[in-house]
Amino acid sequence: MPRLESCAWSCSCTARGRHRTQLGDTAAGLAAKVGEMLSSSVSNPSLALVGRGARSPSTSSASSTASSTSSTLNWSQHLVQRSVVLFVVGAFMALVLNLLQIQRNVTLFPDEVISTLFSSAWWVPPCCGTAAAVVGLLYPCIDSHLGEPHKFKREWASVMRCIAVFVGINHASAKLDFANNIQLSLTLAALSLGLWWTFDRSRSGLGLGITIAFVATLITQFLVYNGVYQYTSPDFLYIRSWLPCIFFSGGVTVGNIGRQLAMGIPEKPHND
Amino acid sequence: MTLTERLRQRISGAFYSHGLLCASYPIPIILFTALCILACCSPLLKLPLPGTGPVEFSTPLKDYAPPGGQGLQHGEHGERPDWYVGAPVAYIQQIFVKATVSPWQKNLLAVDAVRSPLARVFPLVEEIRNHALRDSSGVRSLEEVCLQVTDLLPGLRKLRNLLPEHGCLLLSPGNFWQNDRERFNADPDIIKTIHQHEPKTLQTSATLKDLLFGLPGRYSGVSLSGRRRVVSYTVTLGLQRYDSRFLSSLRSRLKLLHPSPNCSLREESVVHVHFKEEIGIAELIPLVTTYIILFAYIYFSTRKIDMVKSKWGLALAAVVTVLSSLLMSVGLCTLFGLTPTLNGGEIFPYLVVVIGLENVLVLTKSVVSTPVDLEVKLRIAQGLSNESWSIMKNMATELGIILIGYFTLVPAIQEFCLFAVVGLVSDFFLQMFFFTTVLSIDIRRMELADLNKRLPPESCPARAPCRARALRPAVPPALAPQAVTPHGVGTQPVTPHTITLQPSSLRNLRLPKRLRVIYFFARTRLAQRLIMAGTVIWIGILVYTDPAGLRTYLTSQVTEQSPLGDAGLPAMPVPGGVLPAGDPKLDLSVFPSEPEALSENRTQQREQKARLEPEQQPWGPEGRGNGQLELGTEAQVTWGAEDEEIWRKLSFRHWPALFSYYNITLAKRYISILPAIPVTLYLNPQEALEMRHPQETWRSQPFLDTAPRPERPAPRGHQDVTLYKVAALGLASGIVLVLMLFLLYRVLCPKNYGQNGPGRRRRGDLPCDDYGYSPPETEIVPLVLRGHLMDIECLASDGMLLVSCCLVGQIRVWDAQTGDCLTVIPKPRLRRDSSGIFDYQEGWDPSPDGKNGLEDSFESSHQLKRLLGPPQPALFCDQPDLTSLIDTNFLEHAKAEPEPRLRAVGARRKDSGYDFSSLVGKVYEEHGGSGCRNGTFPGLPAPHGPAGLCGGRAPACGEGEGGCGGDETCAGCDKSSPPPSWGGDLESSIWSLELQGNLIVAGRSNGKLEVWDAIEGTLRSSNDEGQSGITALVFLNNRIVAARLNGSLDFFSLETHTSLNHLQFRGGPGRSSLPPSPELCRGAALRCRLTHSVACAHHKPITALRAAAGRLVTGSQDHTLRVFRLEDSCCLFTLQGHSGAITAVYIDQTMVLASGGQDGAICLWDVLTGSRVSHMFAHRGDVTSLTCTTSCVISSGLDDVISIWDRSSGVKLYSIQQELGCGASLGVISDNLLVTGGQGCVSFWDIGYGDLLQTVYLGKSNESQPARQILVLENAAIVCNFGSELSLVYVPSVLEKLD
Repeated sequence: MPRLESCAWSCSCTARGRHRTQLGDTAAGLAAKVGEMLSSSVSNPSLALVGRGARSPSTSSASSTASSTSSTLNWSQHLVQRSVVLFVVGAFMALVLNLLQIQRNVTLFPDEVISTLFSSAWWVPPCCGTAAAVVGLLYPCIDSHLGEPHKFKREWASVMRCIAVFVGINHASAKLDFANNIQLSLTLAALSLGLWWTFDRSRSGLGLGITIAFVATLITQFLVYNGVYQYTSPDFLYIRSWLPCIFFSGGVTVGNIGRQLAMGIPEKPHND
Repeated sequence: MTLTERLRQRISGAFYSHGLLCASYPIPIILFTALCILACCSPLLKLPLPGTGPVEFSTPLKDYAPPGGQGLQHGEHGERPDWYVGAPVAYIQQIFVKATVSPWQKNLLAVDAVRSPLARVFPLVEEIRNHALRDSSGVRSLEEVCLQVTDLLPGLRKLRNLLPEHGCLLLSPGNFWQNDRERFNADPDIIKTIHQHEPKTLQTSATLKDLLFGLPGRYSGVSLSGRRRVVSYTVTLGLQRYDSRFLSSLRSRLKLLHPSPNCSLREESVVHVHFKEEIGIAELIPLVTTYIILFAYIYFSTRKIDMVKSKWGLALAAVVTVLSSLLMSVGLCTLFGLTPTLNGGEIFPYLVVVIGLENVLVLTKSVVSTPVDLEVKLRIAQGLSNESWSIMKNMATELGIILIGYFTLVPAIQEFCLFAVVGLVSDFFLQMFFFTTVLSIDIRRMELADLNKRLPPESCPARAPCRARALRPAVPPALAPQAVTPHGVGTQPVTPHTITLQPSSLRNLRLPKRLRVIYFFARTRLAQRLIMAGTVIWIGILVYTDPAGLRTYLTSQVTEQSPLGDAGLPAMPVPGGVLPAGDPKLDLSVFPSEPEALSENRTQQREQKARLEPEQQPWGPEGRGNGQLELGTEAQVTWGAEDEEIWRKLSFRHWPALFSYYNITLAKRYISILPAIPVTLYLNPQEALEMRHPQETWRSQPFLDTAPRPERPAPRGHQDVTLYKVAALGLASGIVLVLMLFLLYRVLCPKNYGQNGPGRRRRGDLPCDDYGYSPPETEIVPLVLRGHLMDIECLASDGMLLVSCCLVGQIRVWDAQTGDCLTVIPKPRLRRDSSGIFDYQEGWDPSPDGKNGLEDSFESSHQLKRLLGPPQPALFCDQPDLTSLIDTNFLEHAKAEPEPRLRAVGARRKDSGYDFSSLVGKVYEEHGGSGCRNGTFPGLPAPHGPAGLCGGRAPACGEGEGGCGGDETCAGCDKSSPPPSWGGDLESSIWSLELQGNLIVAGRSNGKLEVWDAIEGTLRSSNDEGQSGITALVFLNNRIVAARLNGSLDFFSLETHTSLNHLQFRGGPGRSSLPPSPELCRGAALRCRLTHSVACAHHKPITALRAAAGRLVTGSQDHTLRVFRLEDSCCLFTLQGHSGAITAVYIDQTMVLASGGQDGAICLWDVLTGSRVSHMFAHRGDVTSLTCTTSCVISSGLDDVISIWDRSSGVKLYSIQQELGCGASLGVISDNLLVTGGQGCVSFWDIGYGDLLQTVYLGKSNESQPARQILVLENAAIVCNFGSELSLVYVPSVLEKLD
């Protein structure tokens, strides 16, 4: 948790935080890889968005505690709240969406896993939750780094709509009968892009989403290669070809939530 | 003009006219829309309801063959549902038996009507069981075709003896007695046996009785109270294979044995019932999640609807719009031949989300943001046309996206898109017609409500506009009324929780907790509703379950719809006795084809008969009634349409439940139900008598003697029980009721009211008044401080002393504990001396006495004067000017030579104002001639000047230091002393007042700052370096900060000089506890030195000034706040964020700064960093007063609403709607006690809950005067001013203890 906190803290104060983050980036490069493996939330294709977030600096946590004004306290409290909310959302979605896919035999877990909680592995929800928290904090962070606050459709209703569309995409991927995998993947790709266009429309969102999709796909490949679980009828190396689309839309959705949560904090008015 | 622009104009024009149309004819349009919706939804009726209900499909019985694997034999593939493949799980063959004892004899018991017919089930079952078909291929018995069942599920041990195991699935009522005739005969109470497995609660699924009887319990006729005395039951047979020959032989055999001549049952089709998959938890979770998301979406969307009359109504309308558009879309799609294949429940949330509520919200927002002074029609039209372009654009975009989805060529997505497109279009239609109209109705209602609210107190708000005008001095008058016009308040934001003051009869009650509970009940009518609902349910259950009640009545009604003609006919010959059943040889004569023909013949006959029957029916009922009553002996079993497929009346879970007992699931499979075989049994009374169990005879013997009528004993046994039940229940509820009433009484009127002491004993004779309330022990009696001639303007206190200043400039010092007047400044004696010069001053003689004496006579005369005419008040006006004149003269001198003069001040003042007389004379001459008397006073509401002057300090009103802004007399006073030569001296009235220790600091309108000694009444120091009026003062330790009208800020410091006069400690108990620095109190030579002056702190008048925690905060009309450090008068921050002049500022030791402005907003700031913590839109109109407790912010505004906000989150907790024009003053006594001023009263509120604790009336004379200022003293007393009086209210400790 301190890692996340530091991440968002460094983002919150843009000027001071920037060099720290960069420094952290390089220093924690190796740690990030470990983090990726650890938080292998990839079992649930939808929310395995860890990779990118793991790179957030763990070294800057010390410096973040330097200031102790009340607003900082508030801020960090808020940060913890945000990450907890994101975690819960991520874990819950992971459970639900995983269930959807398991019912349709899209993903296959080892037998001993099936009998346990909601017939998915125990590590899926926590990992997805962590991933969601990281991504959700990362989005507003990137926004403030780029200096272009996200202005498009900032309201909870829109976020809910976004989540619903995301669940719909998952639903479609699990339940619809497509003629072939290419068609399914193309459709889902179009849907994901539509999701981004409808609810995000920001460069950073697109970039981050693609990055997340890429990294998460890599991790999934890795996991499946090592036999942690598998997909039925894989058509993209070891996984299904629509998986990146799901990752992308998941990233956008969680980012949307994260941004909306970050909005809860009033921006500092100028003073002189 | 480009094409888009033209298009845009066209669209907006169209929307405009459409809006006009909708708002003009709301009712017809809504009706039209409702019709449209209904029309479009009507095709939906044909669709099967979504859910797990079974689906039926019927095929003709003739040459029926079970569908093969491909199921293509029957040609038309389209007709057949896709589940109709393969063999069914089972064929169900029911043998439907109706039996009656005929003719009925009077000596028969009610039980006989049940027992003997039921007894016939055993031979019948035997017959069926042993039936065999012998033909060329050999002998086939039932064992070969029937469905062999194995063990029951282990959990059903209880039913082990009742349901068949390891054999044919053959159910009959005989199973109750294990198909054992002997057991049946030995059973003394068969009805009890049948009913013993009935669940006690309301029946939801198949019960054992239903299973064994094979028809719903209420059709069985097995009850003692039934008038029909026809017992129906079925023998249910589960078959593995369909063997038509075997079945038809069975059918004909049974018909032969037990002919049912008047049976009109059609036996033509096999009904296949397909059961859907049972939805498990795992399936449900994603579905539930999507629905949760959907609801969250709807919630977050509708939450944004604001500024309307009925938020909920509009939210409902929005949801209805979306939902009915979806229904319309499905309906339309079905109409045009597209059958939905998707699971409706699954795609529904997505459809809603895709269609969305956005347009609706946008419309609402756009309409409510139109100018409120327009007509409703025009507002709607304008709002529509404003948003038309974006609505059309959005719609086009969405349609485009969905069309793209259509080209994915995935059937499911295509179908989804099709639904979505139609849904979008119909949603648009509904938005335009339905929602717009609803919105127009809502807006109209809101305006009506506003009109109603604003109209009656027309007299009262006369003050409010004036105040409002006065509150914004710099604004030209033309602008000022904007906020006060009735339209300006047209759109009242819906407060989350508005408390309206109760009528005054209730208001002076301090409600105890128990009463609050009662009031809550009374308000919500909870108890009535609960009792009502309970009673209705209870009665319903009673009526339904009562054997003599509705259920049986309905049953009989239904079953009696039969031709009467038969009643007159002689009874059909009943086959005597029971044929030797189980003789398979009898079947030998029956050829497979013959029964077919026979049955067909019969069917034709029956059909003919059925055709005849309807004509006989109209006169059926009466005839039957007579017949039955008179004959009473003949009974006829009838077969009507309601007996057709009696299994349909069973619970749809009947068959799944039955099969699940044997661990056979019907999910996604089907069963085929063959037409029932009707069997009619007529029994001789003789037979019934033989069958009778001895115990039954004994039981009914006594009744038989007393009751000659045969029916009497019948209902007897059972109805008795019911009666007892009802009686017992009634008794129990009665007892409960009495107990509850008793408790209620105890709660309301505690029995010990007479024993609580002498004070309470007197009230003993009226223990409870109308509300069951006895007043609290300590009544609050306000202490009225009278003495001021004019309305009190400024008020200041340090806990021990209380200083007030009225419009005439007279300062009075009161003891805050006792209410004694300690000092009057200027001294009355002095005044008399100085004013003795003038003749007309004699008229003033009584006034000093009056001031001291608190006489009513004076008060009345004073009021009289005010009423009578302007000249007298003009004198009042002049009076202070004189004194100030005196003062200022001194000041001028003192300024020139501060040290020696200062000491002389007191002495001189005591002597007389000899050197003023000439000046004063001049003044009065001039005044007499021009100023006062010439009616400037009547012309008070002078346009610009007075408003501006008053307003400068008006915002401080209600905070204890500033004057009461905007008062007419004040304004007139300032105005009415124009002579330029006397300038500031004469003009100066006191605008602000501060008290610390025994020093009073007064800021005057001419910019002078004076320091008075509170006890001595002497001027200790003064400073008139500034020319601009002092609008606000802060006196902290030895620092004085004066804010001036021109926006400058002066920092003074009081310096003591070494000259040591006698100490001037005022004798007082709490003196030492006061903070002020001691050297000031010693008071000999004080010098008020200007240490620092911020020339242009603000470029508009400073309206609010507060200091705490070493910080000084100024609020100005230039929309900004500034924070200064008190020590070095250095400006730390300029806080920007308001869009109007600052009217109220609050700062406390915790460095939390709150500010309110004319924009109605409240900002919370962090003084350390200068950052804005939160920003709340609080009021319509100015924020007039603002204060904080540790947890909340309390604000009052010109809209007469007091709002309480959570301090940390800025969320409005609730708001209190005050009476008109009284909402300005408030004070916080402790963290949970709030005081607000009302018309002639102050009210105490519990901050935490928003409850009105008590209202204290401050005397009758000033009923109509609102409390202008409320000052909370340290000893939990409050001071409020009512016109010329001050009221000192001690808050009793009871209030503190209450929470």
